Amino acid sequence: MRPVDREFEITVDGVAVPVVPGQSVGAALHGAGIRSWRRTRREGRPRGLFCGIGVCFDCLVTVNGVPSLRACLTEARPGDRITTENER
Amino acid sequence: MTGTYDLAVVGAGPAGVAGALSACLAGLDVVLIDGATSPGGQYFRGFGAPNRATPGSARFARQWETLTARAAVLLGHRVWAVEHTGDGFAVRCLEGDREERPRTVTARALLFATGAHDRPLPFPGWDLPGVLTAGGAQALLKGDLVVAGRRIVVAGTGPFLLPVATGLARAGADVRGVYEANGRLGLARHPLLTAGRAAEALGYGLGLARHRIPYLGRHAVIEAHGHDALTHVTVARLDAGWRPLATRTVECDTLAYGYGFVPQIELPVQLGCLTRQGTDGAPVVAVDAGMRASVPGVYAAGETTGVGGAPLAEAEGRLAGRAAAADLGRHVPPLPALSRRAARLSAFAAALARAYPVRQGWQDWLRDDTLVCRCEEVPLSAVREAVSLGARDARAVKLLARPGMGWCQGRMCGHVVAALVGDDPEPPRRPIAQPVRLGDLANASPQAPEPPGGPR
Repeated sequence: MRPVDREFEITVDGVAVPVVPGQSVGAALHGAGIRSWRRTRREGRPRGLFCGIGVCFDCLVTVNGVPSLRACLTEARPGDRITTENER
Repeated sequence: MTGTYDLAVVGAGPAGVAGALSACLAGLDVVLIDGATSPGGQYFRGFGAPNRATPGSARFARQWETLTARAAVLLGHRVWAVEHTGDGFAVRCLEGDREERPRTVTARALLFATGAHDRPLPFPGWDLPGVLTAGGAQALLKGDLVVAGRRIVVAGTGPFLLPVATGLARAGADVRGVYEANGRLGLARHPLLTAGRAAEALGYGLGLARHRIPYLGRHAVIEAHGHDALTHVTVARLDAGWRPLATRTVECDTLAYGYGFVPQIELPVQLGCLTRQGTDGAPVVAVDAGMRASVPGVYAAGETTGVGGAPLAEAEGRLAGRAAAADLGRHVPPLPALSRRAARLSAFAAALARAYPVRQGWQDWLRDDTLVCRCEEVPLSAVREAVSLGARDARAVKLLARPGMGWCQGRMCGHVVAALVGDDPEPPRRPIAQPVRLGDLANASPQAPEPPGGPR
């Protein structure tokens, strides 16, 4: 476990979300109360974290324009821009 | 043999670290590989200061420290394929979580200690945001220091529900209840007592009592409700076969649930290792007393050979590391106490699996429109239709109705589809164990492995 040093921020659809160093993008979103960030392609069902360990692929997310990353496995970096499929 | 290790260990949890360390101490040149950026696997995830409560974490930390001084360690390396080479094996990795770089490691022998993931059962609403696997909630807490919700229901079966519930409560969540679908074994009869883990069992009991968490046997969450996120669940009292008898509603923003674990064995299966059916029905790698798989030079330890928890995983890892060293000609003095310990823990694991089975009545919880496959959004009605069209086994259902064809490749629903058609779950045949770019796939030629960092 890394020492917990200074928090930093990422943005989710332009809104700042705090991150503890070492947290995954998925954990940061979930911790900020954002429970879903993707819609399924057939029925448009909301999806967020489910298995939490990289197995289920429910939590796919777009980071800095790169799509289809598993949010639960992708460590957040300062300034990351997350874009969701949520309605704004 | 320049650039080739004696032993590559995949998985840095209790089994992998113990196995790598035993092999090192017996004189092998070892590389340990794990997809995560810190060691510990799911059990010792983030084993530093915040998680000293995890039993065995100080011991694991000492092993890790000793190992890193003696072996090569590749963290943040996800293994997507393993292959035979002329005189050993090539391990195909992707390094890094975004700008991933392909890397190939070669070794004369392989030890798979790749652990397990939760085994979820489907029910109406199980894909609502806020419904998490128990392991997922635990991973958030241990690895990310995030409490999964404010008001949390814990459900499923097995002793793992207890540390999840007490951990969440200790972190400040309002745990509304623990619903164990099997009988709630009284603490006096709890299997942990017979395994000499009375203090651990007592600790969970005290934790539940201190936080006034109801712990009910023969109960399950059979439906989750909410529009775009979870708002409440339907809890049912169950008969002995898990059919619902009476229901009530419990408000919550989060459900953490699981019905046991599925060993992750696609890598040994890629190499042709034989499997057998574990006590809980899930396929596991078949091994001998030295944790040798059916393919020479391949070893497996921990949950890959049957779900048994961290102490058994460590014992099996040590057995595997020692066997690998002996098979490569090192002098390894016998250690009968270790084999006895592994046998005792293994018997305990089998007793636990028998105490917490999955009963068929869960199929009564589903409705026609309940998703069986979350990725491809395949409802129960489509699976039933495939069966009515003549699909006799899980593979035929998959071809007709597409459950298991999506991103997760059946990891979440494979056991479910098998149960719905009355099959035992099959060993996972996935030639690619992690998502990989086509370019990296095209460049991964078995004839030209990239030189690894090399043994020291």
